[in-house]
Amino acid sequence: MTVELVRETWPGKIATVTIGATAAEGGTRAKTVTIGGHAALPFLPTDAPTPHPPLVAMEVADAVSPDWPDHLRAPLADVLGSPAAWARKCVEEYGADLICLRLQSPHPDWQDAPPEAAAATVRAVLDAVPVPLIILGCGHADKDNDVWPRVTEAAKGERCLVGVAVPENYKTLVVACLADGHNILAEAPIDVNIQKQLNILITEMGLPPERIVLHPGNAALGYGLEYEYSIMERIRLAGLQGDRMLAQPMLTIISTEAWKAKEARLSEAAAPAWGAAALRGPAWEAATAAAFLQSGADVVVLLHPESVASVRRTIANLVAVAAA
Amino acid sequence: MFVIGERINGMFRSVARAIRERDVNAIADLARRQVAAGAGALDLNTGPTGEDPTEVMTWLVETVQEAVDVPLSIDSPRPPVIAAGLRACRRPAIINSTTGAREKLDALLPLAAEFGAGLIALTIDERGIPRNAAARAEIALTIVARTTEAGLPGDRIYLDPIVLPVNAAQDQCREALLAIPSFRALCEPAPHIIIGLSNVSQGTANRSLINRTYLAMAMALGLDAAILDPLDQDLMDVLRTAGILLNQEIYAESYLQRRPA
Repeated sequence: MTVELVRETWPGKIATVTIGATAAEGGTRAKTVTIGGHAALPFLPTDAPTPHPPLVAMEVADAVSPDWPDHLRAPLADVLGSPAAWARKCVEEYGADLICLRLQSPHPDWQDAPPEAAAATVRAVLDAVPVPLIILGCGHADKDNDVWPRVTEAAKGERCLVGVAVPENYKTLVVACLADGHNILAEAPIDVNIQKQLNILITEMGLPPERIVLHPGNAALGYGLEYEYSIMERIRLAGLQGDRMLAQPMLTIISTEAWKAKEARLSEAAAPAWGAAALRGPAWEAATAAAFLQSGADVVVLLHPESVASVRRTIANLVAVAAA
Repeated sequence: MFVIGERINGMFRSVARAIRERDVNAIADLARRQVAAGAGALDLNTGPTGEDPTEVMTWLVETVQEAVDVPLSIDSPRPPVIAAGLRACRRPAIINSTTGAREKLDALLPLAAEFGAGLIALTIDERGIPRNAAARAEIALTIVARTTEAGLPGDRIYLDPIVLPVNAAQDQCREALLAIPSFRALCEPAPHIIIGLSNVSQGTANRSLINRTYLAMAMALGLDAAILDPLDQDLMDVLRTAGILLNQEIYAESYLQRRPA
């Protein structure tokens, strides 16, 4: 019996967002990346081909938590003190499509580093790698608002993706992105209504919807994954149904979130029944990413080189099936 | 909700003047304002004109599609005028309108096929306006049988249950609403269901209020398209809100700040 595939067509289309700018476009990147553009749910080539397959960004931080487990610290040990060297290693050794630079050190509870230092770090990383840059603040609203304008200015013209804008704190970042030609990463707390509201507010300030990437929440396997998965699915369905305020590509920051899970962190001595920590940690990150790819993630941000390798294989396999 | 803007109609005095003087700016402005207000398509009707209506329709189509890039609804009782309009359209248009009368269907079905156009079909026939919902459904069935036979897919049909003015035929307002759910199941993919909204308030003192109340009721019953005045802000707010309440669009605090996608 032949099974006829059900084909679905959608009235709407997901916007495309380009990150990075070449010299001809006013930046210094050797290459740019474009995400989004989907006319169907992920990996359903008979509905519509995937114009821009998902990408892997690797997280690089200017300060890391002292309680990082050894099996996460080990492969990066030689570069943890230098964001530029760390970024270079991610691109050259692990093939990262983008670098996601987390500016943690300005946080008052961390090093309270001045905005100038953060701007210098951004410039150093831009000079070290040819790929486009995602830049994250420290999450302290007042400090982020001091840091963001300096950072976007230091990267002026590079068309970075800067975040995260949240409903309680987005105006300064929108103004900075408008002034210096960057895209914005808009985060909602696993809530489709708030995500839409935030996009409306950002576009009301003059940033076009084609310069917004959505970050629909923070979750990991065992810690809210299914909530974020279903919200991402709802966002993507609304976008495909024609809601322009939800028709943006999506990014998920899995890295630090997955590594908060005790299943990823605990050593073999602490949890012998769970097996080798060196496998368990990366697997936790990769499994989370695999789920989010299916719900529409266009960029997944990862930390461990092993999870990066695994997720790159997953994407290659999904795209290969898609093309067959 | 698919909104067809009704304002470019020679029945309006200002439009009649613009047509007479071939005032491109006036027509283009009216087109742009309706699209900006949320119209997904624009209805073009020459109104009664002393000139050759085919020529006027061609001019309207050319003028409007220079200004905006949305589908056009070619509105005329005369098939040759509709044919002229369709010929001038750069993208697939909508024919406004046929009825269930054999003569009308014979004239317009070939045009819909030739130009890949949508077809608005009023549920009236040679016997005139139906008395109740059941009679409307019966004519709708005849229409769908003919369009299916002609190879027109269901989603290019816009069935209109015929809305009459509340002050002239009060009982018919309810009958038209009750006909809506019965239209849905007539074919697969389901036909669109459309009304010419402003008819319901013709000659009344509270036109906007009556229009928007009726629109909300019809949407709840399955209406998915309407010919209306998108420049009526209160009406468009009700349309957006009804879309939220019917789970057709995702709620956000500022949902009214954005025009429908």
